[in-house]
Amino acid sequence: MKYESVIGLEVHCELKTKTKIFCGCSTEFGAEPNTHVCPVCLGLPGVLPVLNKEVLHFAIKAGLALHCDILPYSKFDRKNYYYPDLPKNFQTSQYDLPICLNGHVDIEVGGETRRIRLTRIHMEEDAGKLVHNGASIDTSDTTYVDYNRTGVPLLEIVSEPDIRSGEEAKAYLEKLRSILQYLDVSDCRMEEGSMRCDANISVRPVGTAELGTKAELKNINSFSGVQKGIEFEAVRQAELIEDGGTVIQETRGWDENKEITVTQRVKEGTNDYRFFPEPDLIPIEVSPEWIEEIRKEIPEMPDARCKRFTEELGLPEYDANLLTLDKQTADYFEAVVAAGIDVKTASNWMQGEFAKQLNAAGLTADKAPVAPNALAELLELISKGTISGKIAKSVLPEMWQSGKAAAEVVKEKGLVQISDTGALEEIIKTIIASNPQSVADYKAGKKKAIGFLVGQVMKQTKGRANPGAVNELLIKNLEA
Amino acid sequence: MKISAEEIKKIALLSRLEIQDNQIDSVGKQLNDILTYMDLISQVDISDVEPTGHAVSMRNVMREDVPQPSLANEKALQNAPEQENGYFKVPKVIQD
Amino acid sequence: MVEASTIHVLHEKLVTGEITSVELTKKYLAHKDAVEPRVQAFLSDNREYALEAAAAVDKKIAAGESISDLAGIPGAIKDNICIKGQNATCASRMLENFKSPYNATVIEKLMNADYVSLGKTNMDEFAMGSSTENSAFQITHNPWNLDCVPGGSSGGSAAAVASGEAVWALGSDTGGSIRQPASYCGLVGMKPTYGLISRYGLIAFASSLDQIGPITTDVTDCAIVLNAIAGHDSKDSTSIVQEKKDYKKALVNDVRGLKIGIPEEYFAEGLDSECRKALEEAIDTYKKLGAEIISLKMPHMKYGLAAYYIIAPAEASSNLARFDGVGFGLRIPGTDIVDMYKKTRSAGFGAEVKRRILLGTYVLSSGYYDAYYLRAMKVRTLVKSDYDEALKQVDVLLTPTVPDTAFKIGQNTDDPLAMYLGDICTVTLNLTGLPGMNICCGYKDGLPIGMQLIAKALDEETLLRAAYTFEQNRTDLKKQPPMREVEL
Ligand SMILES: [Mg+2]
Ligand SMILES: [Zn+2]
Repeated sequence: MKYESVIGLEVHCELKTKTKIFCGCSTEFGAEPNTHVCPVCLGLPGVLPVLNKEVLHFAIKAGLALHCDILPYSKFDRKNYYYPDLPKNFQTSQYDLPICLNGHVDIEVGGETRRIRLTRIHMEEDAGKLVHNGASIDTSDTTYVDYNRTGVPLLEIVSEPDIRSGEEAKAYLEKLRSILQYLDVSDCRMEEGSMRCDANISVRPVGTAELGTKAELKNINSFSGVQKGIEFEAVRQAELIEDGGTVIQETRGWDENKEITVTQRVKEGTNDYRFFPEPDLIPIEVSPEWIEEIRKEIPEMPDARCKRFTEELGLPEYDANLLTLDKQTADYFEAVVAAGIDVKTASNWMQGEFAKQLNAAGLTADKAPVAPNALAELLELISKGTISGKIAKSVLPEMWQSGKAAAEVVKEKGLVQISDTGALEEIIKTIIASNPQSVADYKAGKKKAIGFLVGQVMKQTKGRANPGAVNELLIKNLEA
Repeated sequence: MKISAEEIKKIALLSRLEIQDNQIDSVGKQLNDILTYMDLISQVDISDVEPTGHAVSMRNVMREDVPQPSLANEKALQNAPEQENGYFKVPKVIQD
Repeated sequence: MVEASTIHVLHEKLVTGEITSVELTKKYLAHKDAVEPRVQAFLSDNREYALEAAAAVDKKIAAGESISDLAGIPGAIKDNICIKGQNATCASRMLENFKSPYNATVIEKLMNADYVSLGKTNMDEFAMGSSTENSAFQITHNPWNLDCVPGGSSGGSAAAVASGEAVWALGSDTGGSIRQPASYCGLVGMKPTYGLISRYGLIAFASSLDQIGPITTDVTDCAIVLNAIAGHDSKDSTSIVQEKKDYKKALVNDVRGLKIGIPEEYFAEGLDSECRKALEEAIDTYKKLGAEIISLKMPHMKYGLAAYYIIAPAEASSNLARFDGVGFGLRIPGTDIVDMYKKTRSAGFGAEVKRRILLGTYVLSSGYYDAYYLRAMKVRTLVKSDYDEALKQVDVLLTPTVPDTAFKIGQNTDDPLAMYLGDICTVTLNLTGLPGMNICCGYKDGLPIGMQLIAKALDEETLLRAAYTFEQNRTDLKKQPPMREVEL
């Protein structure tokens, strides 16, 4: 039998606020343990929360960009459960009246557009970090607790079970990341934990409508992990059913090294979160005026930008997609084009040499030491014929390292292209003289032999000769 | 009885309290008396009544996103029953 | 002398140089040393800080600076209010060794008023109780009759003022915990409007019901303490923004034209006959003074107590989840984290606290939420609308505070429900957030009888005016427990 997967994702994204959701502690990453804490986020007796306005602002902004309804009346609730990363033993979250309902994200998979519906988006506080003394949580006798992350604001984005494959799940997450990055509300770095994903996955025979028993997949910390984990789980469940077994509702962890999913715990009936309205926080009313104000802050979204790149700039769709994936890259690209560089040349360089440097340095485009106009100057040198494209490729790393302008590097290293006919003629004459066999081949009709001769000239000039001019002069000399 | 021994065990676990088997009857009786009294509210007609969660009818109390000083690590750990290397220390973590 | 032991009289003596704050504080400490073994109102002794604070006030007076009405006058603070560097035990083993690293907002405000506190007072554990017998550390005795309870949960604060150990005290009121002990101890006790006093630093029992308030000898003192602690606090999301008031201005000896409502339901069976007589006399007093007395019906009052004993434990079960042995407070070691949680919480909490946690967990748990918690929240709405209706017709409501006078120590300890039923007249003000206060209106067998006055939200002025007028015109109600007299 053929099976299809039914997948819904719960995504948690850390919001890029300066302070925590309910207290003034910094959200900065990587501080010494328990130094970004105060009585409020430590949950000391007697403390009270006060909502960070920026959290609500970001949540509404994200909701609007994800085509959600913003609820005019919303509130916080307590989710009660005991765990040492939760100092109050309840998480302040939103239950029945979340800030956003009913959105969607369109994804592109296999040349087809699929719409993934969103159930809801809500605001909540992050928990602290547990550091285990042993190899794993199960084998550690004691555990350390760091509350620096406690109270960092999160958006939880819950999708409908509209996703059908690991590939779609990955595309969905990438799209979500792209949108939230465009909005500048979250970094969405899965590897750093600022974006986390739990997947609910079940399988059913193709053509049936009834949902199978789902497993919840946790501990996934990369985009490829999401795809692989879901693919593994889909196969596992389908094989289990084929072998006459039954899927049980459980939480499974993704083992990144072994590339398998493993049982974490079976959900018991004792899991009862006893949600109730948070009495220490008062309800939120969002006015239509505020919503409109926030709507105006939303920049051009990746889909619209991609469309503009193809329609107005004439970029191939493939290029436009890649360049608009993150806002920084798209901004950079537009700045290079605005400096007068041909669209396709700019695109090729962005995807080629520039991306190579960026990836090696682990930077986003806005942080590149070579600014858009500096790159434009380099590309200008190619189009003017001052240097060849090949030489330019060696100039960029130099600019990246030293911060020098392209013209400066070219001048210092003597990389100016030799287009001067007089100088080239001399070299060509010696090359013709010392390669009689190739010359004979050429004259015998083997036109390809000229390639070897061009190569010899380039070798002699250390690549600086203008290949067009060399070609032209060689032909002129050989046929003379 | 409005509340069974099983339910008492369940809520004891949810609230992380130990109840010895020989206490279940007496705890159950007290809770039962109280819950029986609570049944008074089942007589009230609550159709079309909105719940009240707060004694005040305020909305939108928020603060600006401006950092405030945190506690020094020693202060944060001042009341910790056990600590090490700047962390709170707890015994082996298991799921219930 | 009895007369001397009010804030306003002592303040005059301080500013006229008749006595210094240090002298005053020492006298109170000496009196406290003499009677505390019998009363047991305090959980901690703060005499060094008190004398230091008193000396600072004397310095101000000597320098000719003006001082606040409360400055330099010895008081006491309920032990569920956090003071930086001091213990805040909530009368629980759980917090026996907990030291707060921060000040409650009321403490910051009291510091601005140069307050002097002699120590933290005993209470029912985590403010759960009506007799102060639920303290993990000691039983406080009623200064009027040492065999009786002082009431609760602010029983230590009430006993400290009634015994003359402190001139004033702060209590907290979640279901009557200021008004009921004030009634049992013949004092003025006010639960202000929810949101008038910051809850930041008050260790929560039930967040939507808790409110800090003054316990004093007379109405003038109540206004003085209220002046010191009221006001908006940005650390408390439920704190009300309003312009600062001077509550002393409300101390007007005149109730002519004031409409006083008498809700029938509060005078139903269950009210002690002598208490009823005292209340009827009080109504008569008001009538004679020119107030208009109006009989009222408030049909949902009888459901208030049940709703309260669902909502309060529900919130408490969540608020008290943080006492788990991880970050602060007691820890009993366990084989693993769950074992440690259970052992710690079982050893750290007393029987009443555990009972309410279980009850609260039950009413919130799946399958019971709608029948109990959600329904109680709807009853809360109905109780609120009864009050809204009543307070459209009248300015003040007059009711008993408690159906009877103080009971004997040990009398109700085995019957939690009987104990809960004693809160029937007070809890609805916590459900609605309305301000209420207790003032003595008579005596029965040497124990004070209390009456409760209730006003609209944020109308503490009318409450104070009604109480003040009563106090000024009923000079027959000035009895004091004998041990109270402090020679000055
Ligand atoms: Mg969540
Ligand atoms: Zn904090």
